Parts: sequence; C-alpha cells; structure tokens
Amino acid sequence: METSILARRQVLRGMLAGSAVSVGLPILDCVLNENGNAFAATGKAIPERFATWFWGCGLGEGNWVPKAAGADYELPEQLSALKPFQKRMLLFSGSNIMLDGANNNTHTTGAMGITQGDVNKQFKASIDTIIGDHIGRGTRFRSIEVGCAGDPGATWSVREGQGRQPAEISPIKLYTRIFGPEYVDPNAGEFKPDPQVMVRHSVLSGVKDERDALNAKLGAADRAKLDNYFTSLRSLEQKLEIQLQKPDPLEACTKPAAMEGVDKGALTLATEAMARAGLFAQLLAHTLACGQTRVVNLALTQGISPLRREGESTNHHAYTHEEAIDPVLGYQVKVKWFHDQYMQALHDYLVTMDSIKEGDKSMLDRMLVFAFTDHGAPRLHSVRNYPLMFFGTANGRLKTGMHVPRPGDTTVRIGFTAQQAMGLPVSAWGEGSNRVTSPISEVLA
Amino acid sequence: MYQSTTKSFRRALCVAAGLLPIAFSSAYAAENLGGDPSALSLRLSPAQYRQTIADIFGTNIVIDGRFEPEVREQGLLAIGARWANVSDTGMDRYDELARGIAAQVVSPKNRGTLISCKPKSETGADDACARAFISGYGRLLYRRTLSEQEVATRVKLAADATATTKDFYIGLSSVLSDMLISPNFLFRYRTVETDPTKPNEKRLDSYSKAAALSYFLWNSTPDDQLIKASEKGELQTAEGLRRQVDRMISSPAMESGIRAFFADMLHFSDFQTVAKDTTFFPRYTTKINDLAQEQTLRTIVDHVRANKDYRDLITTRSTYLTRSLAALYGVPLADTTDNGEPDRFISYTYPEGDPRAGILAQVSFIALNSHSARTSPTLRGKALRENLLCQTVPPPPGNVDFSAVENTSNQVLKTGRDRLLAHSASPACAGCHKITDPIGLALENFDAAGGFRTSENGAQIDTSGVLNSVKFKGVSDLLPLIRNDPALVSCVSRKIYAFGTGKMPPRASERGSEEWAAIEKKFGQDGYKVLNLMRQIALSDMFYAVSPVEVAAAK
Repeated sequence: METSILARRQVLRGMLAGSAVSVGLPILDCVLNENGNAFAATGKAIPERFATWFWGCGLGEGNWVPKAAGADYELPEQLSALKPFQKRMLLFSGSNIMLDGANNNTHTTGAMGITQGDVNKQFKASIDTIIGDHIGRGTRFRSIEVGCAGDPGATWSVREGQGRQPAEISPIKLYTRIFGPEYVDPNAGEFKPDPQVMVRHSVLSGVKDERDALNAKLGAADRAKLDNYFTSLRSLEQKLEIQLQKPDPLEACTKPAAMEGVDKGALTLATEAMARAGLFAQLLAHTLACGQTRVVNLALTQGISPLRREGESTNHHAYTHEEAIDPVLGYQVKVKWFHDQYMQALHDYLVTMDSIKEGDKSMLDRMLVFAFTDHGAPRLHSVRNYPLMFFGTANGRLKTGMHVPRPGDTTVRIGFTAQQAMGLPVSAWGEGSNRVTSPISEVLA
Repeated sequence: MYQSTTKSFRRALCVAAGLLPIAFSSAYAAENLGGDPSALSLRLSPAQYRQTIADIFGTNIVIDGRFEPEVREQGLLAIGARWANVSDTGMDRYDELARGIAAQVVSPKNRGTLISCKPKSETGADDACARAFISGYGRLLYRRTLSEQEVATRVKLAADATATTKDFYIGLSSVLSDMLISPNFLFRYRTVETDPTKPNEKRLDSYSKAAALSYFLWNSTPDDQLIKASEKGELQTAEGLRRQVDRMISSPAMESGIRAFFADMLHFSDFQTVAKDTTFFPRYTTKINDLAQEQTLRTIVDHVRANKDYRDLITTRSTYLTRSLAALYGVPLADTTDNGEPDRFISYTYPEGDPRAGILAQVSFIALNSHSARTSPTLRGKALRENLLCQTVPPPPGNVDFSAVENTSNQVLKTGRDRLLAHSASPACAGCHKITDPIGLALENFDAAGGFRTSENGAQIDTSGVLNSVKFKGVSDLLPLIRNDPALVSCVSRKIYAFGTGKMPPRASERGSEEWAAIEKKFGQDGYKVLNLMRQIALSDMFYAVSPVEVAAAK
C-alpha cells in the first residue's frame, strides 16, 4: 500500500472517541523559503522533531533480517507491513547490547542499553531527553510520552535524576492536556496573554524563594534531589513564559475536535491497544504540527507485553516463552501474529506523521522516528541482533532506504548516530563496551 | 562450553540467592536506581497526598488527576519515596492537581466554610485576610509554622495576583496552589536541632517528629493537636510522646495508616494495570479491582484493630463480601436489605475447612498475581515469597533456550503444573522455580480472577507440594505452614518499620540493632499484634534517630 499525498484542501479524518478529527493541512510551498528548510514568513527554521516508538518482546528468530545489505534489498515477510516505507527507512540488524558481565535483567537491561547507553544504571538520561534538550527548548512541553496498553511506566524516557517520565495512558486526558483551555492556537490572528497564566507565573517566585532555606538544612543527597525538583519547576516556569508569548504561525497546525468521555485504563487485547495507538498517533501528530513539543515517545506495549489475541488466554509475552518454534516455518507462529499487529501499528503511525505536509515534504520526511524493542530473539529474550529502525531523514541529515547490518557492533552506536543526525555536538556516548565515539557514517548524508 | 558454564553459574546463583533476605540486596538496588541512598526526604505518596488534602480541606474536595508514578524499592513504595523525585511531566501534573484543589477551596460553594475571614472587597486585596488564610493552611500543609518571611512573601503575591485579576479569591487560590507544589509540601524533610540536654548531640526537631508520627500512623499530615504538642515541645519528652502516640492509635484516623501500610506491602498499586478478559471471566467487571482491595483491607483493618495475631490473617475465615465478589467467588450471599447500595460490604465467615479462607485466597492476591486470562503459579509464589516473607526471588535469566524442554510436536500442556514442569526441567530455571512454584501451584484451585475450580482444560488440578520439607495436599494444608513460618512475622515487622522511616531496620551489629531486636522480641511476646508493634516503633528512639548525614548538614 502506497501512502497518498494529500492535496492542500484535503483533510484526513480519523475517529477519536466517535468524533471526527482533522489532521493538519499541508503547508503551501510559498510559505517556505527557497531552500524549503524555513518558514518564509518568519524566517525560522522548520523545527527539528524526534520520536521514539517502542514495542515489547522483540521481532522473531532472526528471519526478519534481509538477505542483502544496502539499498534495494528484499524486505522479509516479517516486515511486510512496512513495505510502503521501505525507501524511507533505515533498517539496522545484527547489533548487540554488551552486558560486560551484568545480568540480563530481561525486558529492562537491553532497553536501558539502547536508550541510555548503559546497562548498569537505571534513570540515566535517555536518548529522547538528550535530543530534546538540544532541539526541544522553547516549546510548551519538553516531550510527550504515551503508553497504549494502560501502563504509565511503559516508556523509556528518563530525565537524569528525575526517574522515568510518566506516560499518558488516556487519549482523552492527553487531548485535554495539550488542546484544553491552556492551548494557544499559533494561527489565531489575535493574541492576548491570559492574566491567569501571568499570575501563575509570578507566584512561582514564592516556591523559588524557599530554595535557600531548604538547602541550608539538607545533606548532599537531598540537595541533589532538590536541585532536580527546581529543574522541573523551571520547566514549568518556562512553559508558562511560552504561553505568555505570541506563538509563531504554523500552517500545518489544526486543533483536533474535542474529546470527551472516559477511556478504559489497562488493556489486554492487542486490537484495543492498536486502536488506542491510532488515537495517540493522531494526537501526537497534531501536537508536533502545532509546535507544542518537538519530542514524542510512544510505547505500544510494556516490555513484558500483556496483550492477547481475542479468545485466547495466553498473552504475547507468555507465548514467547512457551510456544515452540515451528520446525518448518522457523518461528513461533502465535508470537508472529503479535509482531504483525505491532508492525501494522507502526505503519499506521508513520502514515499519520506522513499526512502532515510542510512544503514539498511531509513532517515524517523531516523528522526522525526511532523504532526499537527490548529484545532480539523473543524466545530467548536475547540482547543480540536487535531489530531497530529509523524513519525520516532528520531534516536531510540521514540517507534512507537501506538495510544496514552491524554484526557484532554495539546497539548503542545506532542511538549515537541518531544524536548526530539530530545535530547534537556529541563525540561519544555509552559506557564500557557499549561506549562509542563514531557514528554509522554510511547513513549520514 | 561458555554457555554451559554460564547456565550452571546462573542456576547456582538462582538457588543460592533465592532465599536471601531482601535487605541484603538493598545496596545494589539503590545504586542501580541512580539515586543516593543517603537521601532522606520522602515524596508524599498519592494516598498521603489525598488523605492530607481530605484532612485539611474536607472530603468534598475532588482530587482529579493523575500522580507521578511511585518508585518501589525493597518491596515498598514507602522506601522508594526516598528516591522519588518530581519529573518535568510530574511537575505539570502536580500543578494541575494544585490548581484544581485551590479553585475548589476558594469557590463560592466552599469559601464560607474553608476561609475563616471575608475580604473587605472581593475585587481588592485584603492583606489581613490573606495572611490568616496563608498562615493557617500553610501550617498544616508545611507541617510547621511558616516563617514571617514565607507568610509576607505570599501575602504580597496574593495582593499582586488580586491586582491583576481584580479577584481576591483568585489571589488566594494562586498562592494556595503555589504552596501545594512547594517541596515543603510534596516532600517530607527532617530537620535536626541541638539537643538541649546533650549540647554536643543533635536530635530531630519537634515538627519533624510530628510529621514522622502522623504519616506513619495516619498516613496524613499532623492534626492541630499534634502540631500544638510539637510547638510546646511535648514530643521531646517521653511522657508527651506517649500521650500523643496513644491518642493517635486510638483515633479513627488510625485506619488510614493500617490501610496504607498493607496496601503498600501487598502491592495494591499494581492494580492500575490489572484487567481481566470478560470473555473468560464475565463476573470480573471493572469495579472488581476496587472491591477486591477493599475486601482485603476491611478484613485486615478489623483484624488489626481487634488486636488479633497477625499470623491468623493467613488463615482467617472472617472477611467481607459484596454481591459482586460473592458471585465471583461462587459463594452464596444472603443480602436483601441493600437500601440502594447493591454492592455494600457484608461481614461473612467461611465454613470450617473452606479453601477460600485467608487473605491469600482473596481476589486481591489471586487476581493481582495472575495474567489477564490465566493464572501464574510463578507470579503467585514470587509475590508470597517477596511481599509477605521478605525473600528475594531472582529475575529470570536471559538467553535461556527452552527448545530442549519444549516438544516440537506441539504437546498440549493442559495445566499450570504441566507448563511449569517444562520450565523446571531447564537447568537455568529450575533453581528459582523450585522457590516459587510449590506455593503457586497450591493456589491453582483459584483461577485468574479468583474463582474456585478443580480442573483446568479438562485435567484434574494437582495442588500438592512440599514447603520447607513438609508435604501438603493443597491450599488448606499450605496456609498453616505459611502462618507458622517465622519469616512471616519478621517480614511484617521490618516492613512496618520501613513504612514509617523509609528504610529497613538495622541489621545485626549496626547502630540500633539491639533496640530493634528488643522490639521484635516484644512483638512476639505480645502475640504478634500489629498495633502494639506500631506503638513500640513510634515510641522507640531508633524511629527518630538522626543520621551522620543529618548531623553534618546541621553544622
């Protein structure tokens, strides 16, 4: 299935809780400068955007790996849902997370390595927050995290010293948070600062004034905690400052139709989680298009995926342990059903990001989506041969359309490459055997 | 060769580490969390936040919003609170909660009862009224009297906000929400002072003592009496402290503390991700998650407040049921006087020998430690070992190849025991599964939703096993073995102490270990009465002991 290019007046409509929702209108070419990398009206560069997309329990017994490297490779059946995006994808295979003697704490260690470059310490800054600190300043939210199966702890986004960023599990609550009463339409003609926001901003000084008195009576560890608290308070303050400024117009931005009602909490059916992922994708696309944040993180499942197929009592994770590999097909048949659903959900997410047009390209073309999982082979819960993907060009800094085998390399190099592609001035990342000082240069444009 | 050696090593590790008390793993865990184990400030839990707001502003204040996830460490959120901080997203959420609460407090509906003064004009500043509001509620929120500077700053901020909005109550609301996101409210800090009776030593100041007591016993902020007692220095005397502790233990608010501790110990926070497939379990409706927790907490509160032996909770036949729960359990419940409350809780006693007796057979344990559509003897065994006996079950090793034990001709593994036998045949898994599975398999008569069954997929369920070298036929035989396991009482006493302090009690030879040994001994001599244990802890010196870090900071 090829993705269609939307005409400017064409509106893609999806269903959000029974309500029609419009996705952004394409930006006219004339609103961009000659190079197509900045808005002509403001002269401001098209924002950098970064997304992570996580699913649990790996992707198969290695038979998802294309036989050929480079461009024009044949996409294996396990990845067939992504066929429409093959030319806009970088598929990495063969890389490992190096344990350096650490225990493989299944569903945790590998993902920590991928996102934090370290298998020993939880709660180090994750790749999305590292990138967000570089590209995300000046937006209302430093990042947005969502979990599609109902677990607020599902994403891997960590700010140093603050712990895991809680994920929103309700599309309705996310809608209210982003597009509720505090939302300022960047395309509204008139802007008037909200007096209540002004008041909220000014009274924060009451809390800030407490800092010295508290510091004076605390030990070093508690002072460090307090510093982290005030970093978060500063983020709130900056958010309010942004709300008090007239936002630059963003023509691709439209506000989704209001969502009301109550979402189910935890989900157990894969089909339900897929539907919720679709709602979240729509909201995240609007959120990015409307300049509310530049970093979004979506977790389709927890690492230990609890999702089931309708009518079956065994969940995905249990199947990875218990189902035998089909001797003819060479993979776990029931487990693959889940992989197929997840890859379809990833496809749908990409379609949604692609539907936002900015000049002659789509938002997806210009951003970088990093899709990752917690394990290589699901049955083994291995930390080897990770299926990892990039989508988009990171504003033209990445080549796409290639299969990039990295046998024996550390998976951390892929995250490091993402950082350089996003323009970060970094020269090294990772710890121990996972420390890298050079990117995968063949994918950098 | 390498792989084989690694597996053998892992197996040995599993077996060797399987029954280590949790305390021994704490140093690694703390380091692994990336935090500093010497941090002592405790972030309020969602339950503490809610209870505190309810106690200060009344139960009609709706707290609508999501809290930042908690951190569980050494089996308790109360310990994880030392590592818990406020993330960017979390700050947003605390801000939303604060504004929601503050708006309700100053709303026309509530201002008459919650604000003790009326402004001269609702459109202009009134410093005197604002001062009364800020100092009054600030004292309860910060758990101490505010300094003059703290009050004056906020009186001015309220006046400025009033000038901007032309609304006195928005001015009050803005400073109240400011206090509700303050670290002085969201975190509990301990402050030390010079001990006047021992000038070379430091001690916890009265306000810190009051807060420690109230969150330990009531899971809430100190009430006016307790703050007054601390202001008068009464908590620094043995008699004054005893008077307050006894008052608090006999108060109805004590129920909050009991509930909070057991909800933490039994991991009830995990219910937020529990959902059952109604195709398989049509009686497990969405409200069951709440009812199940309430059933267990009512059972426990009754038991504890009646000063019964803690161990008997494992075998007690007394509980509470609603119609929905009774239907789920398959228990006939006669209730014809619902008075418009169809799911009200009714006291219920199981007949002698009924396998559903005891809190471990309740939905709150059975369903919480199951998958959404089928049971997990391993999860149940692990939960019992870790949550109630304070034993560590190591995580499953990675890179385990199950192919040697899985029949590729697609053998049908009908029962949980069949499936686990397959696991246990794997050398890398056997050690740990021997720790968890005998207990979990004994509970296999309970399906994933808590219903009773005798067969699975047409095969008879075998619930027999061996625990600590004693054979048992099923759950009715197993529960007395667990009840009499010394680890059961040792575990609950250690966790109760940790619930109050944020850290496990000292190990042998550490500072305070002698006093702790005496407290544990008294617990046994008293017949394992939880309230007596809490009283002992609340009156102990070790509960208020200051650390070298605090002493150094005070200098």
